[in-house]
Amino acid sequence: MIVLLDLCYRPGSLGEDEFVRPIADIVKNCGYQYTICHYTEWDSLDMSQVRAVILCGTPLKDNLFAEKPDFFTWIPEHSVPVLGICAGMQALVLAYGGRIIENPEIGMTVVRALVPGDPIFCENEWTAYELHRFCGVFGSDFVVLAQSDACVQAVRHQTDPVYAVMFHPEVRNTWVVERFLNTFVRDGKEQ
Amino acid sequence: MCQGSGWDDVTMKLGVLFSGGKDSVYATYRAMQKEEVSCLISIVSKNDESYMFHTPNIHLTALQAEAMDIPILEYTTQGIEEAELVDLKQAISLAVEQYGIEGIVTGAVLSVYQATRIQKICDALGLWCYNPLWHIDQDWYMQCLIDEGFEVLVSGVFSAPFDETWLGKRIDAEALRLLRVYAKKYGITLTGEGGELETLVTDAPFFVKKIVVLKSESVYANYNGRYIVLDAEVAEK
Repeated sequence: MIVLLDLCYRPGSLGEDEFVRPIADIVKNCGYQYTICHYTEWDSLDMSQVRAVILCGTPLKDNLFAEKPDFFTWIPEHSVPVLGICAGMQALVLAYGGRIIENPEIGMTVVRALVPGDPIFCENEWTAYELHRFCGVFGSDFVVLAQSDACVQAVRHQTDPVYAVMFHPEVRNTWVVERFLNTFVRDGKEQ
Repeated sequence: MCQGSGWDDVTMKLGVLFSGGKDSVYATYRAMQKEEVSCLISIVSKNDESYMFHTPNIHLTALQAEAMDIPILEYTTQGIEEAELVDLKQAISLAVEQYGIEGIVTGAVLSVYQATRIQKICDALGLWCYNPLWHIDQDWYMQCLIDEGFEVLVSGVFSAPFDETWLGKRIDAEALRLLRVYAKKYGITLTGEGGELETLVTDAPFFVKKIVVLKSESVYANYNGRYIVLDAEVAEK
Protein backbone atom coordinates (compact mmCIF):
# COMPACT_ATOMS: atom_id res chain seq x y z
CA MET A 1 0.00 0.00 0.00
CA ILE A 2 1.27 3.43 -0.95
CA VAL A 3 0.16 6.21 1.40
CA LEU A 4 -0.57 9.60 -0.13
CA LEU A 5 -0.32 12.11 2.67
CA ASP A 6 -2.61 15.11 2.20
CA LEU A 7 -0.93 18.21 3.65
CA CYS A 8 -3.80 20.61 2.94
CA TYR A 9 -5.22 22.62 5.82
CA ARG A 10 -8.08 20.23 6.49
CA PRO A 11 -9.07 16.70 5.45
CA GLY A 12 -11.07 16.49 2.23
CA SER A 13 -10.41 20.09 1.20
CA LEU A 14 -10.69 21.32 -2.37
CA GLY A 15 -6.89 21.21 -2.48
CA GLU A 16 -7.02 17.41 -2.33
CA ASP A 17 -8.55 17.36 -5.82
CA GLU A 18 -5.66 19.39 -7.18
CA PHE A 19 -2.64 18.15 -5.29
CA VAL A 20 -3.37 14.60 -4.14
CA ARG A 21 -5.65 13.09 -6.79
CA PRO A 22 -3.22 13.64 -9.72
CA ILE A 23 -0.47 11.87 -7.73
CA ALA A 24 -2.93 9.09 -6.88
CA ASP A 25 -3.58 8.63 -10.60
CA ILE A 26 0.15 8.27 -11.29
CA VAL A 27 0.47 5.69 -8.50
CA LYS A 28 -2.57 3.80 -9.78
CA ASN A 29 -1.27 3.84 -13.35
CA CYS A 30 1.99 2.33 -12.07
CA GLY A 31 -0.05 -0.59 -10.74
CA TYR A 32 0.09 0.16 -7.02
CA GLN A 33 -2.73 0.33 -4.50
CA TYR A 34 -2.92 3.52 -2.49
CA THR A 35 -4.73 5.18 0.33
CA ILE A 36 -5.12 8.88 1.03
CA CYS A 37 -4.52 10.04 4.59
CA HIS A 38 -4.54 13.54 6.04
CA TYR A 39 -1.29 14.36 7.85
CA THR A 40 -3.14 14.95 11.11
CA GLU A 41 -4.50 11.39 10.94
CA TRP A 42 -1.15 9.64 10.44
CA ASP A 43 -1.57 7.63 13.67
CA SER A 44 -4.60 5.82 12.22
CA LEU A 45 -2.48 3.95 9.65
CA ASP A 46 -1.39 0.33 9.97
CA MET A 47 2.33 0.77 9.27
CA SER A 48 2.82 -2.94 8.55
CA GLN A 49 0.88 -2.40 5.31
CA VAL A 50 2.72 0.74 4.21
CA ARG A 51 5.29 0.26 1.42
CA ALA A 52 6.01 3.95 0.75
CA VAL A 53 4.67 7.38 1.62
CA ILE A 54 4.26 10.34 -0.72
CA LEU A 55 3.80 13.72 0.96
CA CYS A 56 1.74 15.75 -1.50
CA GLY A 57 1.65 19.47 -2.26
CA THR A 58 -0.78 22.16 -1.15
CA PRO A 59 -2.22 25.37 -2.63
CA LEU A 60 0.17 28.31 -2.67
CA LYS A 61 -1.60 29.95 0.26
CA ASP A 62 -1.92 26.76 2.30
CA ASN A 63 1.10 26.54 4.61
CA LEU A 64 -0.57 25.53 7.87
CA PHE A 65 1.31 22.21 7.85
CA ALA A 66 4.58 24.09 8.39
CA GLU A 67 3.25 25.38 11.71
CA LYS A 68 2.69 21.81 12.88
CA PRO A 69 6.07 20.06 12.54
CA ASP A 70 5.19 17.62 15.33
CA PHE A 71 2.97 15.78 12.86
CA PHE A 72 6.05 14.85 10.82
CA THR A 73 8.46 13.60 13.49
CA TRP A 74 7.60 10.02 12.48
CA ILE A 75 9.57 10.38 9.23
CA PRO A 76 13.14 10.03 10.56
CA GLU A 77 11.95 7.32 12.96
CA HIS A 78 10.72 4.93 10.24
CA SER A 79 12.56 3.13 7.46
CA VAL A 80 9.68 3.40 5.00
CA PRO A 81 10.59 5.11 1.68
CA VAL A 82 9.30 8.67 1.53
CA LEU A 83 8.91 11.11 -1.36
CA GLY A 84 8.06 14.71 -0.53
CA ILE A 85 6.50 16.96 -3.16
CA CYS A 86 6.63 20.75 -2.72
CA ALA A 87 4.86 21.20 0.64
CA GLY A 88 5.97 17.63 1.27
CA MET A 89 9.58 18.67 0.73
CA GLN A 90 9.10 21.50 3.21
CA ALA A 91 7.59 19.12 5.78
CA LEU A 92 10.56 16.78 5.28
CA VAL A 93 13.18 19.44 5.83
CA LEU A 94 11.40 20.50 9.03
CA ALA A 95 11.19 16.87 10.19
CA TYR A 96 14.96 16.51 9.83
CA GLY A 97 15.69 19.72 11.72
CA GLY A 98 16.20 22.05 8.75
CA ARG A 99 14.24 25.20 8.02
CA ILE A 100 12.21 26.86 5.28
CA ILE A 101 12.53 30.39 3.93
CA GLU A 102 10.22 32.51 1.80
CA ASN A 103 11.20 32.15 -1.86
CA PRO A 104 8.12 31.98 -4.10
CA GLU A 105 8.01 30.55 -7.62
CA ILE A 106 4.98 30.20 -9.92
CA GLY A 107 5.16 28.60 -13.37
CA MET A 108 7.63 26.66 -15.46
CA THR A 109 11.34 26.79 -14.70
CA VAL A 110 14.52 25.01 -15.76
CA VAL A 111 15.90 22.46 -13.30
CA ARG A 112 19.49 21.22 -13.55
CA ALA A 113 20.85 18.01 -12.05
CA LEU A 114 23.98 18.34 -9.91
CA VAL A 115 24.84 14.75 -9.03
CA PRO A 116 25.40 11.97 -11.61
CA GLY A 117 24.31 8.40 -11.07
CA ASP A 118 21.15 8.89 -9.06
CA PRO A 119 18.53 6.22 -9.91
CA ILE A 120 15.71 8.77 -10.12
CA PHE A 121 17.31 11.95 -11.41
CA CYS A 122 19.19 10.66 -14.46
CA GLU A 123 18.62 13.61 -16.80
CA ASN A 124 20.93 16.60 -16.91
CA GLU A 125 18.16 19.16 -17.23
CA TRP A 126 14.36 19.40 -17.46
CA THR A 127 11.60 21.99 -17.20
CA ALA A 128 9.26 21.77 -14.26
CA TYR A 129 6.13 23.41 -12.84
CA GLU A 130 6.64 25.40 -9.66
CA LEU A 131 4.03 26.56 -7.17
CA HIS A 132 5.48 27.35 -3.77
CA ARG A 133 5.78 30.16 -1.24
CA PHE A 134 8.69 28.68 0.73
CA CYS A 135 11.69 26.54 -0.06
CA GLY A 136 13.91 24.32 2.07
CA VAL A 137 17.32 25.02 3.57
CA PHE A 138 18.90 21.60 3.97
CA GLY A 139 21.60 20.38 6.33
CA SER A 140 24.47 18.05 5.50
CA ASP A 141 22.25 15.01 6.00
CA PHE A 142 20.77 15.67 2.56
CA VAL A 143 22.40 15.47 -0.87
CA VAL A 144 21.21 18.24 -3.18
CA LEU A 145 20.48 16.50 -6.50
CA ALA A 146 19.07 19.35 -8.57
CA GLN A 147 18.34 23.04 -8.41
CA SER A 148 16.78 25.91 -10.35
CA ASP A 149 18.02 29.49 -10.42
CA ALA A 150 15.73 30.15 -7.44
CA CYS A 151 16.24 27.23 -5.07
CA VAL A 152 16.96 23.56 -4.37
CA GLN A 153 14.66 21.40 -6.48
CA ALA A 154 15.53 17.81 -5.54
CA VAL A 155 17.26 16.12 -2.61
CA ARG A 156 17.84 12.67 -1.19
CA HIS A 157 18.77 11.78 2.36
CA GLN A 158 22.32 10.54 2.92
CA THR A 159 21.21 7.27 4.52
CA ASP A 160 17.41 7.01 4.63
CA PRO A 161 15.27 6.12 1.55
CA VAL A 162 13.94 9.65 1.50
CA TYR A 163 13.62 11.90 -1.57
CA ALA A 164 11.98 15.25 -2.10
CA VAL A 165 11.25 17.62 -4.96
CA MET A 166 10.15 21.23 -4.90
CA PHE A 167 8.47 21.13 -8.33
CA HIS A 168 5.16 19.42 -9.10
CA PRO A 169 5.87 16.17 -10.98
CA GLU A 170 2.25 15.67 -12.01
CA VAL A 171 2.90 18.39 -14.60
CA ARG A 172 5.14 16.92 -17.32
CA ASN A 173 7.45 15.03 -14.95
CA THR A 174 5.48 12.00 -13.79
CA TRP A 175 8.72 10.00 -14.09
CA VAL A 176 9.73 11.25 -10.64
CA VAL A 177 6.92 9.33 -8.95
CA GLU A 178 7.24 6.36 -11.31
CA ARG A 179 10.99 5.93 -10.73
CA PHE A 180 10.63 6.47 -6.98
CA LEU A 181 8.09 3.65 -6.77
CA ASN A 182 10.01 1.38 -9.13
CA THR A 183 13.22 1.95 -7.15
CA PHE A 184 11.89 1.46 -3.65
CA VAL A 185 8.67 -0.55 -3.90
CA ARG A 186 9.00 -3.94 -5.51
CA ASP A 187 6.28 -5.96 -3.82
CA GLY A 188 3.28 -3.65 -3.72
CA LYS A 189 1.94 -3.94 -7.25
CA GLU A 190 -1.58 -5.18 -7.85
CA GLN A 191 -1.64 -8.64 -9.41
CA MET B 1 -11.82 31.81 6.21
CA CYS B 2 -14.12 31.33 9.12
CA GLN B 3 -12.69 28.72 11.43
CA GLY B 4 -14.60 27.26 14.32
CA SER B 5 -13.82 24.50 16.77
CA GLY B 6 -13.50 21.70 14.22
CA TRP B 7 -12.85 21.05 10.54
CA ASP B 8 -16.59 20.81 9.81
CA ASP B 9 -17.02 24.45 10.80
CA VAL B 10 -14.56 25.70 8.21
CA THR B 11 -16.02 27.44 5.18
CA MET B 12 -14.29 29.47 2.50
CA LYS B 13 -16.07 31.97 0.26
CA LEU B 14 -15.01 31.36 -3.32
CA GLY B 15 -15.60 32.91 -6.73
CA VAL B 16 -15.53 30.69 -9.80
CA LEU B 17 -14.04 31.90 -13.09
CA PHE B 18 -16.99 30.91 -15.19
CA SER B 19 -17.24 30.43 -18.95
CA GLY B 20 -20.38 28.30 -19.07
CA GLY B 21 -18.51 25.31 -20.50
CA LYS B 22 -18.29 21.90 -18.85
CA ASP B 23 -15.00 22.54 -17.03
CA SER B 24 -16.05 25.68 -15.19
CA VAL B 25 -19.47 24.18 -14.42
CA TYR B 26 -17.92 21.00 -13.02
CA ALA B 27 -15.38 23.06 -11.06
CA THR B 28 -18.33 24.99 -9.58
CA TYR B 29 -19.99 21.70 -8.65
CA ARG B 30 -16.84 20.42 -6.90
CA ALA B 31 -16.32 23.73 -5.11
CA MET B 32 -19.94 23.74 -3.86
CA GLN B 33 -19.45 20.26 -2.42
CA LYS B 34 -16.53 21.41 -0.26
CA GLU B 35 -16.76 25.18 0.20
CA GLU B 36 -19.16 28.08 -0.38
CA VAL B 37 -19.45 29.47 -3.92
CA SER B 38 -20.35 33.13 -3.38
CA CYS B 39 -20.30 34.21 -7.01
CA LEU B 40 -19.42 33.37 -10.56
CA ILE B 41 -17.03 35.65 -12.45
CA SER B 42 -17.55 35.76 -16.19
CA ILE B 43 -15.08 37.47 -18.50
CA VAL B 44 -16.71 38.48 -21.77
CA SER B 45 -13.97 38.77 -24.37
CA LYS B 46 -14.53 40.76 -27.52
CA ASN B 47 -11.75 38.75 -29.15
CA ASP B 48 -12.90 35.39 -30.54
CA GLU B 49 -9.28 34.16 -30.43
CA SER B 50 -8.76 35.05 -26.77
CA TYR B 51 -5.83 33.17 -25.21
CA MET B 52 -7.46 33.01 -21.81
CA PHE B 53 -11.19 33.11 -22.16
CA HIS B 54 -13.66 30.77 -23.78
CA THR B 55 -15.94 32.71 -26.11
CA PRO B 56 -18.82 30.75 -27.78
CA ASN B 57 -22.10 31.54 -26.02
CA ILE B 58 -20.42 33.46 -23.21
CA HIS B 59 -23.53 35.65 -23.31
CA LEU B 60 -25.46 32.81 -21.71
CA THR B 61 -23.52 32.79 -18.44
CA ALA B 62 -26.01 35.12 -16.73
CA LEU B 63 -28.79 32.70 -17.63
CA GLN B 64 -26.74 29.79 -16.29
CA ALA B 65 -26.09 31.71 -13.07
CA GLU B 66 -29.83 32.21 -12.72
CA ALA B 67 -30.38 28.49 -13.28
CA MET B 68 -27.81 27.75 -10.54
CA ASP B 69 -29.16 30.49 -8.26
CA ILE B 70 -25.64 31.92 -7.81
CA PRO B 71 -24.81 35.63 -8.27
CA ILE B 72 -22.64 36.50 -11.26
CA LEU B 73 -20.19 39.30 -11.95
CA GLU B 74 -19.74 39.96 -15.65
CA TYR B 75 -16.73 41.90 -16.90
CA THR B 76 -15.91 42.82 -20.50
CA THR B 77 -12.38 42.69 -21.92
CA GLN B 78 -11.06 43.56 -25.35
CA GLY B 79 -9.24 40.21 -25.24
CA ILE B 80 -5.76 41.50 -26.05
CA GLU B 81 -3.08 39.08 -24.86
CA GLU B 82 -1.62 40.06 -21.47
CA ALA B 83 -3.85 43.19 -21.29
CA GLU B 84 -6.79 40.88 -20.66
CA LEU B 85 -4.97 39.71 -17.54
CA VAL B 86 -5.22 43.22 -16.16
CA ASP B 87 -8.96 43.06 -16.81
CA LEU B 88 -9.15 39.67 -15.11
CA LYS B 89 -7.38 41.04 -12.05
CA GLN B 90 -9.78 43.96 -11.98
CA ALA B 91 -12.78 41.63 -12.26
CA ILE B 92 -11.51 39.46 -9.41
CA SER B 93 -10.86 42.57 -7.29
CA LEU B 94 -14.46 43.64 -7.87
CA ALA B 95 -15.67 40.21 -6.78
CA VAL B 96 -13.64 40.55 -3.58
CA GLU B 97 -15.27 43.91 -2.91
CA GLN B 98 -18.81 42.88 -3.79
CA TYR B 99 -18.96 39.30 -2.50
CA GLY B 100 -16.13 39.08 0.03
CA ILE B 101 -14.56 36.09 -1.70
CA GLU B 102 -11.35 34.66 -0.23
CA GLY B 103 -10.35 32.58 -3.21
CA ILE B 104 -10.79 31.74 -6.87
CA VAL B 105 -11.74 28.45 -8.49
CA THR B 106 -10.92 27.66 -12.11
CA GLY B 107 -11.73 24.81 -14.48
CA ALA B 108 -8.13 24.50 -15.68
CA VAL B 109 -7.31 20.92 -16.62
CA LEU B 110 -3.90 20.92 -18.29
CA SER B 111 -3.13 24.48 -19.30
CA VAL B 112 -0.02 25.69 -17.49
CA TYR B 113 -0.39 28.97 -19.38
CA GLN B 114 -3.83 29.58 -17.89
CA ALA B 115 -3.10 28.20 -14.43
CA THR B 116 0.15 30.13 -14.00
CA ARG B 117 -1.41 33.45 -14.85
CA ILE B 118 -4.38 32.99 -12.55
CA GLN B 119 -2.14 31.75 -9.72
CA LYS B 120 -0.06 34.93 -10.06
CA ILE B 121 -3.13 37.17 -9.98
CA CYS B 122 -4.48 35.40 -6.89
CA ASP B 123 -1.07 35.63 -5.23
CA ALA B 124 -0.90 39.37 -5.92
CA LEU B 125 -4.39 39.81 -4.43
CA GLY B 126 -3.74 37.55 -1.44
CA LEU B 127 -6.38 35.06 -2.56
CA TRP B 128 -6.56 31.28 -2.50
CA CYS B 129 -6.52 29.60 -5.90
CA TYR B 130 -8.07 26.20 -6.57
CA ASN B 131 -8.07 24.11 -9.74
CA PRO B 132 -10.12 21.05 -8.78
CA LEU B 133 -9.91 19.52 -12.28
CA TRP B 134 -6.13 19.84 -12.47
CA HIS B 135 -4.68 16.86 -14.39
CA ILE B 136 -7.90 14.94 -13.89
CA ASP B 137 -8.20 11.58 -15.65
CA GLN B 138 -9.96 12.75 -18.79
CA ASP B 139 -11.83 9.53 -19.54
CA TRP B 140 -13.08 9.26 -15.96
CA TYR B 141 -14.13 12.90 -15.97
CA MET B 142 -16.08 12.70 -19.23
CA GLN B 143 -17.83 9.55 -18.05
CA CYS B 144 -18.66 11.30 -14.76
CA LEU B 145 -20.33 14.17 -16.59
CA ILE B 146 -22.63 11.72 -18.32
CA ASP B 147 -23.26 9.49 -15.32
CA GLU B 148 -24.04 12.44 -13.04
CA GLY B 149 -26.52 13.97 -15.48
CA PHE B 150 -24.68 17.01 -16.84
CA GLU B 151 -26.30 18.20 -20.07
CA VAL B 152 -23.24 19.24 -22.08
CA LEU B 153 -23.68 20.53 -25.64
CA VAL B 154 -20.87 21.02 -28.15
CA SER B 155 -20.80 24.76 -28.84
CA GLY B 156 -17.73 24.89 -31.04
CA VAL B 157 -15.43 22.60 -33.03
CA PHE B 158 -11.99 23.68 -34.11
CA SER B 159 -10.17 20.66 -35.52
CA ALA B 160 -10.45 17.55 -37.67
CA PRO B 161 -12.32 15.20 -37.68
CA PHE B 162 -15.29 17.09 -36.25
CA ASP B 163 -17.98 17.73 -38.86
CA GLU B 164 -20.97 20.04 -38.52
CA THR B 165 -23.17 17.32 -36.98
CA TRP B 166 -21.21 17.86 -33.77
CA LEU B 167 -22.49 21.41 -33.37
CA GLY B 168 -25.20 21.44 -30.71
CA LYS B 169 -24.74 17.70 -30.08
CA ARG B 170 -25.17 16.53 -26.51
CA ILE B 171 -22.21 14.67 -25.09
CA ASP B 172 -23.86 11.37 -24.25
CA ALA B 173 -22.55 7.82 -24.18
CA GLU B 174 -22.46 7.56 -27.99
CA ALA B 175 -20.71 10.91 -28.39
CA LEU B 176 -18.13 9.90 -25.79
CA ARG B 177 -17.60 6.59 -27.59
CA LEU B 178 -16.85 8.55 -30.77
CA LEU B 179 -14.56 10.95 -28.91
CA ARG B 180 -12.59 7.96 -27.59
CA VAL B 181 -12.23 6.68 -31.15
CA TYR B 182 -11.09 10.13 -32.34
CA ALA B 183 -8.65 10.40 -29.43
CA LYS B 184 -6.97 7.18 -30.54
CA LYS B 185 -7.11 7.85 -34.27
CA TYR B 186 -6.50 11.60 -34.45
CA GLY B 187 -4.83 12.33 -31.14
CA ILE B 188 -7.45 14.79 -29.89
CA THR B 189 -7.87 15.28 -26.15
CA LEU B 190 -11.10 13.77 -24.84
CA THR B 191 -11.97 16.93 -22.95
CA GLY B 192 -11.14 19.32 -25.79
CA GLU B 193 -8.34 20.73 -23.67
CA GLY B 194 -6.24 21.02 -26.82
CA GLY B 195 -8.78 23.51 -28.21
CA GLU B 196 -10.51 20.91 -30.39
CA LEU B 197 -13.97 21.70 -29.05
CA GLU B 198 -15.88 23.99 -26.73
CA THR B 199 -18.99 23.18 -24.73
CA LEU B 200 -22.08 24.73 -23.16
CA VAL B 201 -23.86 23.28 -20.12
CA THR B 202 -27.64 23.62 -20.04
CA ASP B 203 -28.36 21.47 -17.00
CA ALA B 204 -26.53 19.78 -14.14
CA PRO B 205 -27.39 17.99 -10.89
CA PHE B 206 -26.93 21.17 -8.85
CA PHE B 207 -28.86 23.46 -11.21
CA VAL B 208 -32.06 24.67 -9.57
CA LYS B 209 -33.54 25.28 -13.01
CA LYS B 210 -32.37 24.36 -16.51
CA ILE B 211 -31.62 26.26 -19.71
CA VAL B 212 -33.89 25.67 -22.67
CA VAL B 213 -32.53 26.70 -26.07
CA LEU B 214 -35.29 28.34 -28.11
CA LYS B 215 -33.37 29.42 -31.19
CA SER B 216 -29.88 28.64 -32.44
CA GLU B 217 -27.74 28.65 -35.54
CA SER B 218 -24.64 26.79 -36.60
CA VAL B 219 -21.81 28.17 -38.68
CA TYR B 220 -19.31 25.65 -40.06
CA ALA B 221 -16.50 25.39 -42.60
CA ASN B 222 -13.31 23.33 -42.79
CA TYR B 223 -13.47 21.66 -39.38
CA ASN B 224 -14.19 24.98 -37.73
CA GLY B 225 -17.65 25.76 -36.47
CA ARG B 226 -19.77 27.34 -33.80
CA TYR B 227 -23.17 26.54 -32.37
CA ILE B 228 -24.59 29.90 -31.36
CA VAL B 229 -27.61 30.17 -29.09
CA LEU B 230 -29.68 33.12 -30.26
CA ASP B 231 -32.49 32.78 -27.75
CA ALA B 232 -32.82 30.74 -24.57
CA GLU B 233 -34.74 30.79 -21.32
CA VAL B 234 -34.56 29.38 -17.83
CA ALA B 235 -37.23 26.75 -17.15
CA GLU B 236 -38.35 24.59 -14.24
CA LYS B 237 -36.75 21.13 -14.18
